[in-house]
Amino acid sequence: MTTTPEKTDLVTVTIDGIQVSVPKDTLVIRAAEQIGVQVPRFCDHPLLAPVGACRQCLVEIPDAGNGRGMPKPQASCTIPVAEGMVVNTQVTSSVADKAQQGQMEFLLINHPLDCPVCDKGGECPLQNQAMSNGRGESRFAATGGVKRTFEKPINISAQILLDRERCIVCQRCTRFADEIAGDPFIALVERGAQQQIGIAHDAPFLSYFSGNTIQICPVGALTSADYRFRSRPFDLVSTPSIAEHDSCGSAIRVDHRRGKVMRRLAGNDPEVNEEWITDKDRFAFGYARQSDRLTHPWVRDTETGDLRPASWPEAFTVAARGLAAAHTSGGVGVLTGGRLIAEDAYAYSKFARVVLQTNDIDFRARPHSAEEAGFLASEVVLRMPVTYSDLEQASVVVLAGLEPEDEAGTIFLRLRKAAMKGHTKVLAIAPCTTRGLRKMKGRLVATSAGAEREALETLAEESPETIDANAVILVGERLATTPGALTAAVDLARATGARLAWVPRRAGDRGAVETGCLPNLLPGGRPVTDASARVDAATAWGVDHLPEQVGRDGAAIIAAAASGELAGLVVGGVDLDDLPDPAAARAALASAGFVVSLELRETEVTRAADVVFPVAPASDKAGMFVTWEGRPRTFDAVFSNPGSLPDLRILSGIAEESGQPLGFRTVAEARSQMNEVGPWDGERAAPVGPPKIKVRRLARNKFWLATWKQLLDNGAMLRGESALLATARPAVARVPQATYDVLAGASHVTLTGDRGQVTVPVEVADLPEDTVWLPANNTGNGVYADLASPGSAVTVKAVKA
Amino acid sequence: MTDMLTPVLTANWGTDRSWTLDAYEAQGGYSGLTKALGMSQDDVITAVKDSGLRGRGGAGFPTGMKWGFIPQDNPNPKYLVVNADESEPGTCKDIPLMMASPHTLIEGVIISSYAIRANHAFIYVRGEVLHVVRRLRAAVAEAYAAGKLGKDINGSGYDLDLVIHAGAGAYICGEETALLDSLEGRRGQPRLRPPFPAVAGLYASPTVINNVESIASVPSIIANGADWFASMGTEKSKGYVIYSLSGHVKQPGQYEAPLGITLRELIDLGGGMRQGHSLKFWTPGGSSTPLLTAEHLDMPLDYEAVGAAGSMLGTRALQIFDETTCVVRAVLRWTEFYKHESCGKCTPCREGTWWLAQTLARLEKGQGTEEDLDVLLDQCDNILGRSFCALGDGATSPISSSIAHFRDEYLAHLTHGGCPFDPMASTVFAREEALS
Repeated sequence: MTTTPEKTDLVTVTIDGIQVSVPKDTLVIRAAEQIGVQVPRFCDHPLLAPVGACRQCLVEIPDAGNGRGMPKPQASCTIPVAEGMVVNTQVTSSVADKAQQGQMEFLLINHPLDCPVCDKGGECPLQNQAMSNGRGESRFAATGGVKRTFEKPINISAQILLDRERCIVCQRCTRFADEIAGDPFIALVERGAQQQIGIAHDAPFLSYFSGNTIQICPVGALTSADYRFRSRPFDLVSTPSIAEHDSCGSAIRVDHRRGKVMRRLAGNDPEVNEEWITDKDRFAFGYARQSDRLTHPWVRDTETGDLRPASWPEAFTVAARGLAAAHTSGGVGVLTGGRLIAEDAYAYSKFARVVLQTNDIDFRARPHSAEEAGFLASEVVLRMPVTYSDLEQASVVVLAGLEPEDEAGTIFLRLRKAAMKGHTKVLAIAPCTTRGLRKMKGRLVATSAGAEREALETLAEESPETIDANAVILVGERLATTPGALTAAVDLARATGARLAWVPRRAGDRGAVETGCLPNLLPGGRPVTDASARVDAATAWGVDHLPEQVGRDGAAIIAAAASGELAGLVVGGVDLDDLPDPAAARAALASAGFVVSLELRETEVTRAADVVFPVAPASDKAGMFVTWEGRPRTFDAVFSNPGSLPDLRILSGIAEESGQPLGFRTVAEARSQMNEVGPWDGERAAPVGPPKIKVRRLARNKFWLATWKQLLDNGAMLRGESALLATARPAVARVPQATYDVLAGASHVTLTGDRGQVTVPVEVADLPEDTVWLPANNTGNGVYADLASPGSAVTVKAVKA
Repeated sequence: MTDMLTPVLTANWGTDRSWTLDAYEAQGGYSGLTKALGMSQDDVITAVKDSGLRGRGGAGFPTGMKWGFIPQDNPNPKYLVVNADESEPGTCKDIPLMMASPHTLIEGVIISSYAIRANHAFIYVRGEVLHVVRRLRAAVAEAYAAGKLGKDINGSGYDLDLVIHAGAGAYICGEETALLDSLEGRRGQPRLRPPFPAVAGLYASPTVINNVESIASVPSIIANGADWFASMGTEKSKGYVIYSLSGHVKQPGQYEAPLGITLRELIDLGGGMRQGHSLKFWTPGGSSTPLLTAEHLDMPLDYEAVGAAGSMLGTRALQIFDETTCVVRAVLRWTEFYKHESCGKCTPCREGTWWLAQTLARLEKGQGTEEDLDVLLDQCDNILGRSFCALGDGATSPISSSIAHFRDEYLAHLTHGGCPFDPMASTVFAREEALS
């Protein structure tokens, strides 16, 4: 973060007789906005390079700043200001006004009059500007003009439809696809009035960011299969919110009608997501309306042994009683999952410590390690070393255990922007060059699965790029699966002065760290092992003392529950197949004496639980997510739904039944208590040393398995999104060249690991010879359930056709 | 009569197998190259500047000045690109030149590339003229074999590679930045300027783009001197040019004469108007230049005089129409051409030409009212100077100029309920019938 103000050279121009000073290189169209003049425009977009195609923004420039006027009206979206320039827009120049009216008339001659059935009608820049800068009657129609027609919408992907008649070929969509997303699958084809947006016949518009083109389309030419013909803009109620699908904290706008979310749009937040979001953030909101959504509490009937509907008070009582019993007969572990708002995470954290009197709490519903918990406590919590804009300023960005296009789309777009500007070099410590890395013009530091530690240790020495204080290291949550890798990343940062940030996958992960959903951390970064920190938290909470021992982490909680050491479990939104050992988790659920489940929809956990509480989805509650940067992102509820309660309300209900009230019942109360407790101002947790590194050996004919979750996969929050999922990248195994050659043209391979086997199509990639790659959750129940344990090896066999 | 002709570019067109290296050299070809390689690059540029040579592709920009814009401190390679995408209706000078004497162009390319310090040159040829592409390629192969292209040309230490690139049939690719996009393998659409090609042209490197005739004129300038070249033509329009005479003249064809000759003289050179007919209207530089009438017969054909008459010299494509021609019909044909060739990038050209063609088609059928003429002129006003490149401007030229000169004829269509002309009367076979 820089403290010196940015130096800018101001240029003074006169627009419509009003002097205004704007930074050098500002385009005339945006300088005019500074004096409150909106020059009509279509192709212009502040985040896209100027193109000057639609000619709608013509203005008169009687003095270009050199005393000479420009003979013809100029497109104000392509002309940068010059000192002393004089500009007359439609407000003061009849030439500019006529020129604009003329362009508007031209745009409308071939544009269909289907506004009454067009999704864009009511929020359409063409419609609006035709009103403000066009004529009421069509001279084209009056003279018997014949419009050009096309076949009505065609699919350019399973999700995106193109109505070519409506298109005014401003090229915003193609420029977005090319300049921002790096997915130029759409392009102009044909010419003249037949010019249209097109795709190659075998290459649909499969981009993780394709939905943004719908939003920036200035007409209704691009629509989504999901939203098309569903509602009119003027019937929608809009609520600004924060996307819940990843840790990027993208600003979104949620539009609802009569109690149903109809669509979501990107919000405009220059500090975070600019104006772009991933298709997952845009289209994946139907999970809250699935038929398996829980609507009331359930308790297990003592006589039949089956779950039966229960009232809230009964469920609170049964849960409190059961947990109290479990507490006395061994203890209760808490698995919160990573999707919680920070206030809910805080409630779990306090509930575990105060009601269950345990530090056996972990938000990490994925492979994790003690090294990682130590890293989060000593290096991550309470810190905000890197922001999105820092990524743009960095000279080098090192990615380790992180594939941003799949795991953090907003980071990907920022890195691509920085890389395309040419001053940021992206290095990826990864098994192979991904499409995302290629689009960021990044360099692969080819690394076998599980060899990230060695790669990080030698990176500064071996890479031609200088890694110094201008560099940023982004480590993903997957790095926890490689012993010593996080320590190596910290060492690299210390040695070079580079800034280090941790990028988890889920929206609630960072908030859970801050609120202490870890066995070694209390809320506000207070280390469990620090007596004064414990006293501080206990005082704030008004309890005598807090448990002193560092608790069990997620895997240990599962193991202890399975072995009977732990008698009870409180489980938030956890998909068992995400866990490092799904089978062990199932066994733990089966053998745990008492399980309380807080879930949105029916799952394996709810079916095995003794008490089930329905919880509110993000749309039904206010809350806060904390981004990977450490930036708090608060949002309000879209719906006020009295039957849909946040986790914290349920936990406070149980706590009150247990005689240990949490002191809050609402999100606002929880947040104010969090503020009162505040961040820890004492000593941070000391770094834990590197773990013992076991030498791993690869058996003959085996390969280390590299894997991560693709943006669109079989995840629970994508259930039912058929159009969106049809744009997902297919499940395909990637193998190194030598192995591919041995397969002798086989189209499919069978991977066999210690948990089973998976047969998928195969393709070649620039993988190290000892590594194969498979997406973590695009096949069956996912890699950990069906194929292999984290960090293990698999065999590869060609499937005979 | 014929003493008005100054055959330089066309001088060898009549010789036997004029397109071969041997025939060209027998006529003194490549002597300009030998001389140029003995000069410093800057001296070559100065000679071209001093000659007053102006771009022959239509705009008339001074060629030497264009070369001087190339930033020599730019670390990127420099390129010479020859615009041989001759597609303007009526223009027919580059294609016969490349057919008859490809080595004139190649010699010009080598000298020009040498002057701007380019080691790579391209000739972008209109895709439809495959015979020209073949001939050029054969000539380039000959030149390579003779050591006039490739490494160490004529022992001078100067290297040049020349690529003949065939376009794909789009008029817009004659626009220089669209040509560059097309040459790079992209869709041919004009680029936003700045940056100008001199700074960031082909492959974002400094690039000179010149018309075939401009480059072909360079060897003679070097061989005979700037003063010799400047002795021809008028005060501000120096040198000789090829006039393409077509339409209702007895002997259409290419006539090479100094700038400043009049149409009356050219028609005389062409054997006069078609028997028994008189001039009605003509284009000075192809269909994109506003058309003129018989009152301009004695106007000197140079950049300044034609400009003063409200038109443009353009490519000196003189399309001659006699009184049998319906101007509405002719303008409609041209407009359909622009509608077909509009690249679609900008609104006024894409949509405007679509509408213009419809309005004109109705007028030609005698439908509509006099007010439609005003709407037509208003459409032209909304296209001219509003479109992204000059294609849109060109599309309006025949319409607005024809209404200015022949408004009554448009109105006659309306009162007559259709075209009052016999379309057969203007055809070639009409003359045959009359003669038979």
